[in-house]
Amino acid sequence: MTLAAAPVIPNFAAHSSSCVVQNRTFCAGWVSHNWSSVLWPALRQHVLLVAAAVAIGFAIAFALALAAHRHRALERPTIALTTFLYTIPSLALFELLVAPVGANVFSAEIALVSYTLLILFRNTLAGLRSVPAEVLDAADGMGMSRRQALLRVELPLALPAIVAGLRIAVVTIIALATIVYTIYDAGLGVPIHQALGEGPFKTELIAAAALTVALALLADALLVLAQRAVTPWARAGGR
Amino acid sequence: MHEFVEAFKFIAHNGAVAGQPQLPSLLHLALHTLEVGAIGVGLSILIAVPLGVTLGHLHRGSFLAINIGNVGRALPSLVVLAIGDAFLGLGLTVVELALVILAVPPIVTNSYLGVHGVERELVDAARGMGMSGAEVLARLELPLAVPLIFAGVRTAAVFVISTTTIASLAGFSGSLGDIIANETSYHFSGVLGAAICVAALALAAEGALALLQRALTPRGLRLAHAPAPRARATPAPAAH
Repeated sequence: MTLAAAPVIPNFAAHSSSCVVQNRTFCAGWVSHNWSSVLWPALRQHVLLVAAAVAIGFAIAFALALAAHRHRALERPTIALTTFLYTIPSLALFELLVAPVGANVFSAEIALVSYTLLILFRNTLAGLRSVPAEVLDAADGMGMSRRQALLRVELPLALPAIVAGLRIAVVTIIALATIVYTIYDAGLGVPIHQALGEGPFKTELIAAAALTVALALLADALLVLAQRAVTPWARAGGR
Repeated sequence: MHEFVEAFKFIAHNGAVAGQPQLPSLLHLALHTLEVGAIGVGLSILIAVPLGVTLGHLHRGSFLAINIGNVGRALPSLVVLAIGDAFLGLGLTVVELALVILAVPPIVTNSYLGVHGVERELVDAARGMGMSGAEVLARLELPLAVPLIFAGVRTAAVFVISTTTIASLAGFSGSLGDIIANETSYHFSGVLGAAICVAALALAAEGALALLQRALTPRGLRLAHAPAPRARATPAPAAH
């Protein structure tokens, strides 16, 4: 007689505390037990998804904003296109990308990037435009070339607006990336989905939700600190 | 591109899937999505516009009015819905509650900024003409704030349609998200077709509200601001 195969359905109860079995509001033991196998990998993937999306989105939006700053005619079509992309609900956009791109990290990133463009483009352009004409005249009078004026006068003065845009984009994308799991198995949406499938399992849900919101608040705070560090003049003015 | 052809066939057949006659029609789900969303946006307007406008008129509570928008943005729709599902069970009431939680912040922030941002000299002039506080609000501040208030409502409306479909992932049934969340029954062509419908619905809602906004904006303001880009989720980017 052959030995019976290992049971297909793992016996969760044998490894679980009564807290988990009864699905109480929050079981700290489960979190510490599953931190390294479930929550930490999801958090890491989430950070990578968001960081890549914001970095790529910023590069695109920044280039578009510089172009629109030079050539005003580019502003309206860019706003129209990015508003269009921003309006498409995330769940739909992810699925729409699956057909041409496939259910993979590229679809996820294209969708996330497309949601950063409107915010980053508009804020960068607004920042560049907010530089007073007198300041530009002064730069001109000092003999600065257009490129020098951009790098040494306009961009530094636009920084607060650019960082404000980055803050909004980062927080928005951290929230949106929870939907990525529907097409690509990564991010904090994975434990949320898993928890929903089991009852829903409150501890995992709360842990994943708290991590998502904490990540957004932390990223926001870090950007505020970074902005303070790179714009000392804004502090000196005692805003 | 074959998938898109199949998806449009799915839409043309009103969501019918061979061998699955019990599934609801696409039109039924689309209308229900709109209904759930409209209730959510309506409730949010009723709560958020009076609050934001009052704070803006009194020039009070800027910290609350501005930061509520930032906090709202950090809350993922799926998280709000999933927590609602876990603790209250995901019926229509809880979905509407989640929609209100997510849609109120942008409307409050924009209503506040719209009224708060009306130029001081205009308010002084209106006062000088003998208008009372309520008259200033009704005849000067509110009309001038219409573009920004509407920008908030439009953001909220798109947000709400998006969230109503996401509610299906958390187990709520009765929106177009049901199709996207149920690839087993609908196959990928159905999922793609539903995604196209959701996108079209959001764009149509946004477009309709944009037209309504144009109609409600005072004519002088419309002309003065004609070339300016439309304000959306985040007015006054640099201030905070």
